Amino acid sequence: MARAVTPRRKAVNTALAWAVGLILFFPILWTILTSFKTEAQAIADPPIFLFFDWTLENYAIVQERSDYMRFLWNSIIIAGCSTLLGVAIGVPAAWSMAFVPSKRTKDILLWMLSTKMLPAVGVLYPIYILFIQLGLLDSRVGLTVVIMLINLPIIIWMLYTYFKEIPGEILEAARMDGAGLREELIHVLTPMAIPGIASTVLLNVILAWNEAFWTLNLTAVDAAPLTAFIASYSSPEGLFFAKLSAASTMAIAPILILGWFSQKQLVRGLTFGAVK
Amino acid sequence: MGRITLENITKSFGTTEVIPPLDLTIEDGEFTVFVGPSGCGKSTLLRLIAGLEDVTSGKVSIDGTDATMVPPAKRGLAMVFQSYALYPHMSVRKNIAFPLRMAKMDPGEITRRVESAADVLNLTDYLDRRPGQLSGGQRQRVAIGRAIVREPAAFLFDEPLSNLDAALRVGMRLEISELHERLKTTMIYVTHDQVEAMTMADKIVVLRAGHIEQVGSPLDLYRTPRNTFVAGFIGSPKMNLIDGAEAAKHDAHTIGIRPEHIEVSEAGGPWSGVVGVSEHLGSDTFFHIHDTGLAETLTVRAGGEVGFRHGDRVSLTPRADALHRFDDKGLRL
Repeated sequence: MARAVTPRRKAVNTALAWAVGLILFFPILWTILTSFKTEAQAIADPPIFLFFDWTLENYAIVQERSDYMRFLWNSIIIAGCSTLLGVAIGVPAAWSMAFVPSKRTKDILLWMLSTKMLPAVGVLYPIYILFIQLGLLDSRVGLTVVIMLINLPIIIWMLYTYFKEIPGEILEAARMDGAGLREELIHVLTPMAIPGIASTVLLNVILAWNEAFWTLNLTAVDAAPLTAFIASYSSPEGLFFAKLSAASTMAIAPILILGWFSQKQLVRGLTFGAVK
Repeated sequence: MGRITLENITKSFGTTEVIPPLDLTIEDGEFTVFVGPSGCGKSTLLRLIAGLEDVTSGKVSIDGTDATMVPPAKRGLAMVFQSYALYPHMSVRKNIAFPLRMAKMDPGEITRRVESAADVLNLTDYLDRRPGQLSGGQRQRVAIGRAIVREPAAFLFDEPLSNLDAALRVGMRLEISELHERLKTTMIYVTHDQVEAMTMADKIVVLRAGHIEQVGSPLDLYRTPRNTFVAGFIGSPKMNLIDGAEAAKHDAHTIGIRPEHIEVSEAGGPWSGVVGVSEHLGSDTFFHIHDTGLAETLTVRAGGEVGFRHGDRVSLTPRADALHRFDDKGLRL
């Protein structure tokens, strides 16, 4: 028998869910609200929630002082290219692990994941030196490669989980039907894995977009993405909360919108394989 | 053409030998059924022929050419899988056309062949649907369609009917037999269902633990099983196997008698027992007889009108000329 849900219980659950959702969303909401306040209202005590003089001047000042579009463009290039490159490497890797596993496949998957447990700062110095030697410091190419490598374990893991769900018999059928490895990947596996690949791409665009450690440490001007744009409004400028909030809002808006429209796909991607 | 020869092939997974050295020839145009209990290696054997598994040693030849190292795509064989293995993202039309597209066939010819296959398999109205919108039987037809358009050297069927319900299974069985009559192409069919084997095959290969127990026509196997395993496996209900003193009277370790070769009566026969469960099929009745002192249960086939009841004591008369005799290794004497 299905568990009976009384209307009262349902109302309580709904209220609880909204409360948790609001608590999680509150910092972002507060940032957005602050971005529309004057500097004085931003630091007012007690804090003002909604009843302040809504103004766009912070946005105007931020845009005047730094070229938002340049940072945005860098973010798009770095997040986009690192994801595409990662997927291009991840699809064949996940394919081989899912469909022609060896005795070591499980170990390799775990080993790859273990690299995510390494504190990034631990390898900052060697990578920094490498970047200087290779002339990659403050370049989009260098950053794209580093971020791709950081996210590659997640890309491969996600694709692997998806590919595992595709029945091997269908790929065998393709082989019997005369498809070589290339045709099998292009005509059968990839179209069947499109939802999985889409979720992987989405999640990795978001991760790459939000990546701050490497972007802050390895860029200065030319390749600086939106994370650097936000950072430039913090300490050296003094505590201009309203402007900092405006910069933050501008930086997170694109990814927030992308996430909003693709949330169904994302949830499916993250919980895929949990139940069958 | 589709003459398939297996010479001394073996298959091991790690240290486990699934197929011990095995020789088999499948003649062109023959409908061969591999039958055996689950885990007997029949599917593995089919996959070795298909090339989906590599043989550990030995030689696979198709029409006299060594195909041992040839990838599945190049063997010219078509396979129908138990799960149908249709491409879920393609329409029925594209599914059937896929092998032809892979062969880079002229688009006009592809259309012609797909439509003719759809016509044969009653799929014309469904060509633009996706597999997900079809019933099990229709999906199986699409899988068969995908196999026949290529005009392969041989068809391989891996338990193609086991996902269908009983009524549909009988229907598809007839359709596949009909298809074989029309195409006259070699077909190799794997099943664990001895009824499918008996009704469809020109030649049955009975397998146990990777060994071929017997090869022959359905009636050969039925009438002269080479050992007790084949005797017990082929035929439904099973042959009665009796050990001990009764067998010794016939100079054998084990004797076998089919249910239809025992006559049941109220008195007068050499054997006797108590009626247990009776299965009434209308035309026939199967009696399960206990307490005979010969075997735990003897199964007897009688006419539909014979009406003994549970607990009745009955007398049994085996037909002397229908006894099968086996030695202590289970081999036919």
